[in-house]
Amino acid sequence: MDAGDIGRALRRISHEIVERNAGLDDLITVGIHTRGAPLARRIGALLNAIEPGAEVAVGQLDIGMYRDDLDTRPTTPLGRTELPVELAGHTVVLVDDVLYTGRTIRAALDALADLGRPGRVQLAVLVDRGHRELPIRADYVGKNLPTATNERVTVQLEEIDGADLVTIEPYANTPGGRGT
Amino acid sequence: MRHFLSTETATHDELTSLLDDADAFVEVLQRPIPKVPALRGKTVATLFFEASTRTKMSFEKAARALSADTMSFAPGTSSLKKGESLKDTVLTIQAMGVDLMVVRHEATGAPWRVAEWAVVPVVNAGDGAHQHPTQALLDCLTLRQHFGSLEGLRIGIVGDIRHSRVARSDIHAFAILGAEVTLIAPPTLQPLDVTGWPVAMTSSLDESLTELDAVYVLRVQAERGGASVFPSFAEYRQRFGMTAARLAVMKPDAVVLHPGPMVRGIEIDADVADSPRTLVLRQVANGVAVRMAVLFQLLGGDRHE
Repeated sequence: MDAGDIGRALRRISHEIVERNAGLDDLITVGIHTRGAPLARRIGALLNAIEPGAEVAVGQLDIGMYRDDLDTRPTTPLGRTELPVELAGHTVVLVDDVLYTGRTIRAALDALADLGRPGRVQLAVLVDRGHRELPIRADYVGKNLPTATNERVTVQLEEIDGADLVTIEPYANTPGGRGT
Repeated sequence: MRHFLSTETATHDELTSLLDDADAFVEVLQRPIPKVPALRGKTVATLFFEASTRTKMSFEKAARALSADTMSFAPGTSSLKKGESLKDTVLTIQAMGVDLMVVRHEATGAPWRVAEWAVVPVVNAGDGAHQHPTQALLDCLTLRQHFGSLEGLRIGIVGDIRHSRVARSDIHAFAILGAEVTLIAPPTLQPLDVTGWPVAMTSSLDESLTELDAVYVLRVQAERGGASVFPSFAEYRQRFGMTAARLAVMKPDAVVLHPGPMVRGIEIDADVADSPRTLVLRQVANGVAVRMAVLFQLLGGDRHE
């Protein structure tokens, strides 16, 4: 996916969010650190543009303390968790770049539960690459990308990487590796 | 990082990484439910062979906020009284199934010995007058929150440097993170040898004050012979006490730190201790966050790699 594809996918997702929720009252987009965070900001801005007068809040969530594989993988630097509103009564749209095993989303749901009691939680992802290990699905999908487990999906975003790009490549020498 | 024993051998990247994680834990501690599941199922043992209230409580709070279980060892009621050696004590506690040991001991170097015997990570919570590295981390975090960075900060450490493990840990951590450190003490409380230490030394607080961004006031340690090496508490206060008059001549955004417990009226006056420019309570709160970062990094990942 190039920058044009990514932009179109996010616009479509934003329209679906407006349609599904019959408006944007009490909605917050929450991006999962790292690359979910800028995507959540973009979707938040798109939503406010689609619905005049809407004031969608945008937050971000780090799930490093909630991973279920802390025993087997070295810790990675923790990111910031920032929620500008109380979650109670809000519809949370979790945003991540790639949906794969579902374990990140499981961790994010646990983290959200510790931070408050949202009215509803929905999930938006830029790419769904399949291979779920948990009963989790996305409500909004930018693109379904069929992949093999020994492939790696790399998402680059303007805000972090300087350009928008999604690529698939072989995950060299680590068959069954997790990728992202 | 296998153990966390000293700031002397730490790197800029290691300290920065711990402080960055600690920032995330500061946020966790402000939540309505200040607890995350990161270390669920792990057991942290605190072995304090020397008296401590705040450090021990701080480590236990940190472990519990990460959902670890805690076990504590109190020498007064233990088999040490029956003659058990330090090594046997450590191996016995390890055999019960602990994942990390936090050790404080009055003997310099004891945590290193424990780290040789133990197969689990060891954290030094203070050994003699040698090192207290998590105190240095919380001091660095407090200064970083206030100033944004330690790079180029001028920090004066005032008081009983000779007997202070806090000073020995802070000196290296501050210098590694880019601060300029000046040790300020009467000759009798200056360290015997500062060869290789990244510091300047003086015996005049008043001459240094206007230059400093932060004054780190050390406690007068009567129990380590502090009071016998200067003429009187009144004279100590006059030359080295942090008074309101001294605070007034410092830079407007300069701050005062103290490792606690404070002895008001000797090394720090009550009105300075209660001033908003004194960050003591911020230091205590940050202590839990930095200890969470240390436990998290030592217990995360495959330690057997």
